[in-house]
Amino acid sequence: MNVIFDNLDIFLRGFGGTLTLLGLTTLFALPFGLLLAAMRVSPVASLRATSTVYVEVLRNTPLLLVFTFFSVIITYISGALPFQVAAVLALTIYTAPFFAEAIRSGINGVPVGQAEAARSIGMTFGQTLGLVILPQAVRSVVPPLINVIIALTKNTSVAGAFFIFELFNVGREVANANGNAVIAVFLGVAFFYLIITVPLGQLADHIERRVVVRR
Amino acid sequence: MTSVLYDVPGPRARRRSRILSVVTGLVVAGVLVFAILQLAQAGQLEAERWLIFNDPLIWQALLRGLWIVVQSAITAAVLAILLGVVFALLRQSELRVVRIPTTIVLEFFRGMPVLLMMLFIYLIFPIGAYWSVVAALTVYNGAIIGEALRSGMLALPKGQREAGLAIGLRPLQNRLLIEFPQAFRNMLPIIVAQLVVLIKDTALGTVVGQVGLVKEGELLAEYLGRSQHYFPLFVVMVAMYLLLNFAVSALARFLARRRNQPAPALAMAKDAGMGGGAA
Repeated sequence: MNVIFDNLDIFLRGFGGTLTLLGLTTLFALPFGLLLAAMRVSPVASLRATSTVYVEVLRNTPLLLVFTFFSVIITYISGALPFQVAAVLALTIYTAPFFAEAIRSGINGVPVGQAEAARSIGMTFGQTLGLVILPQAVRSVVPPLINVIIALTKNTSVAGAFFIFELFNVGREVANANGNAVIAVFLGVAFFYLIITVPLGQLADHIERRVVVRR
Repeated sequence: MTSVLYDVPGPRARRRSRILSVVTGLVVAGVLVFAILQLAQAGQLEAERWLIFNDPLIWQALLRGLWIVVQSAITAAVLAILLGVVFALLRQSELRVVRIPTTIVLEFFRGMPVLLMMLFIYLIFPIGAYWSVVAALTVYNGAIIGEALRSGMLALPKGQREAGLAIGLRPLQNRLLIEFPQAFRNMLPIIVAQLVVLIKDTALGTVVGQVGLVKEGELLAEYLGRSQHYFPLFVVMVAMYLLLNFAVSALARFLARRRNQPAPALAMAKDAGMGGGAA
């Protein structure tokens, strides 16, 4: 276990790197996902189609290939991006569809009568969605959104394979330097991931139970 | 539901919708044109770069990689479902000494990136890259499928268990014969969705040195010249993964429809179909 304490400052900096990726990606991907979800339920067919194609393609593409594009392939098309920018871009573009699907399932979870009532008193699509549906969808949308953030936390590890300084990369380097204490290093890195993912999972379960009771 | 959100459009709304449609079309077209111009400017669309696909040897290498992907995905999927069943049963054991450690182990496996697991299985056990990838995918997805099966069993009406016990089945018999088959059928869409995640995660194998599709593509690009041929190879790799996943997703939709119920939104499943360690 000494490996961990001897390298604690590196671990903490790696943890910081992971948190930075997590924060920046959530910041960009959440509004993008909201936009995709709104397009997906809108009356305009071309908006729906655009959103559907984008969501379906990105959801079925391996994240590693998205990273390959922004970190490597793009060099041969329009010039290299800084690694940090490439990583946040890849994670954002990959994560937004998952946010969109979580939000859409929340929108679809609001009872039909709510939309009918809003429409029958003359509200437009924008008013119906913004004033009636979304505020109610928020409650049931929070647990799936948290689950997306948990998955995103784990996905940031792929950035470590593309020259970003974060937990996975730290684990790999420390393990290479301490070949006799690989298991301890593994447990150390896992610990840092778990202190993000486990509490978030508990929070999601807790909120989910409360929403169910209130309905 | 979506059609309830807005009225059947009248003439003004139709005109507005048409204008918006045209604007969206223009924006999308603009983005595509921009992308194509960028590609053309970088010379990525020159025919000679794509002529490598006339060479059967290139296809041989790519298909060899794809075969490794399919092989490791199938092996890991079968093992993960079996492991999931075991996890689900242990997690619901009546013995605390079994239930509590299982819960902890499950949280541990579900909470960390599958990529991390691949790397450390590779470093700790002398089983080589291929089996490290399969093992990590098995354990990670087994934990998630186990949780899905467990929630499927919990969602069954209480009477299923009570009736079984009342006619004298032992608890384990009851789980395996009465509850598990129903839970499995109810959770099938979620399990198949998780298999898409598993397929996507095979791409991570390249990080620990498994020679799957991505690695084959990289090696070819290295050999033929990265600036010349990496982009065409990349396009083909993405297309192969997309085809594979769309086929499995279509299967999921088919199964969901046959069950005569809407497919549960992917996002509702734990991990939101995003995969853990990634991809």
